[in-house]
Amino acid sequence: MFPAAFEYVRANSLQEALAALKEHGSDARVLAGGQSLIPAMRYRLAQPAVLVDINPIDGLSYIKEDGGVLKIGALTRHSDLEFSKLINEKYKFMADVAYVVADPIVRNRGTLCGAIAHNDPAADWTACALAARVNVIATSATGNRTIAIDDFLVDSFTNALKPGEIVTETVWPIPDATTSGSYLKIERKVGDYATAAAGVKTTLDARGNCTNTGIGMCAVGPQALRAKNAEKAIDGGPLTDERIKAAAEAAAKECDPGEDTRGSVAFKRDLIRVLVTRALTQTRERLEKKMGKTS
Amino acid sequence: MKHPVKITVNGTETAADVEPRQVLAYYLRDSGFTSVHIGCDSTSCGACTVIVDGQAVKSCTMFAVQADGKNVTTIEGLAQGGKLHPLQDAFHNEHGLQCGYCTPGMILSSLALLQRNPNPSEEEIRHGLSGNMCRCTGYQNIVKAVQSAAKELKGQQQPVSHEPAVSAAAGE
Repeated sequence: MFPAAFEYVRANSLQEALAALKEHGSDARVLAGGQSLIPAMRYRLAQPAVLVDINPIDGLSYIKEDGGVLKIGALTRHSDLEFSKLINEKYKFMADVAYVVADPIVRNRGTLCGAIAHNDPAADWTACALAARVNVIATSATGNRTIAIDDFLVDSFTNALKPGEIVTETVWPIPDATTSGSYLKIERKVGDYATAAAGVKTTLDARGNCTNTGIGMCAVGPQALRAKNAEKAIDGGPLTDERIKAAAEAAAKECDPGEDTRGSVAFKRDLIRVLVTRALTQTRERLEKKMGKTS
Repeated sequence: MKHPVKITVNGTETAADVEPRQVLAYYLRDSGFTSVHIGCDSTSCGACTVIVDGQAVKSCTMFAVQADGKNVTTIEGLAQGGKLHPLQDAFHNEHGLQCGYCTPGMILSSLALLQRNPNPSEEEIRHGLSGNMCRCTGYQNIVKAVQSAAKELKGQQQPVSHEPAVSAAAGE
């Protein structure tokens, strides 16, 4: 299986990459990890005339807390996150994702920013980014633009980038002492698309009530979805079994799965119910551990 | 337009003019490294796994032009002076293969795993090799082989490949 012929541009700096994108316009695609793009090209589902390879660019691979936020660079690989001490100790719901994205070999090449830009309906990081309310930094010749994840995700395989823009960074909130989350997915086998997955993140206020809860779901709609009604069902009260049950049922109702070889619509809705229940329950356990409670 | 590339494979430089759409797996096979097996040809099975600058990659999912100037290890590069690498010995001794088609990729993934984690648990081995499929389903003995090689390598402390050690993450 050979992709359609294309022109290859090796970008040695961000300026070179931006210049190439400007020159070739919508004929060009950015090549980062390539773990979704290259297979799509080999199946001829994608036939870009020009590939702009950003891998040679120095300084785009980082995981750093800076200015009160966590910054992940355009060339940070899934495996960089999977084996990062910082991510494993402090960003457990991100570590959950890094452990289950695709497979270990794909994780050595694939990038978090690329996965979000690709906007596959089954993308793990996208559901997680919705839960965490991430900002995407798009860079063009004229500067940087900050795009909230809800605005960045437009439709299946479609994002809000304008011609000439590259995702150079995603910006994640740093979890405080009363914030935690969890990401869980069900897949038929490692490397398959998720049958369904859910990521949750919440913060407890001084009275122990949830606030700023984020719940993202993937593989159950045209793109990763925010479970808005489920978030409302959790915010403003404690993480009790009854409230978790209500949120999980709301999420099952508001997801929008299609039937395929992985299961029926009803089956996938039930998976979402189960996954949201488990993810919220695990979040509660993690919060109890983190906040030193034993009960 | 073809691009000239120079790729060091198992310590020896190879050079060719390649079309950008040529994937690394086909480049390596055309250069005589036929241990690089094409299984699914679509980023799933791991049979074409090679080590590029210390990282295990699926060579069907990287263009040859991207490997210009890089160091690649295929299984042909593991034996030294006619002596099998401890991982190869272990796969032989533990019968970690049946038809053998997945074996080069399986061993190279194991190599990357052991460089990152010299003493993996069974669960860590199964997780670390979960990108490589064995259609004979011979996983039990593959796990045993990796455990056995880990013991052997710990005793020897020898360099395990031409590659620099796999960096332990956090991309700064």
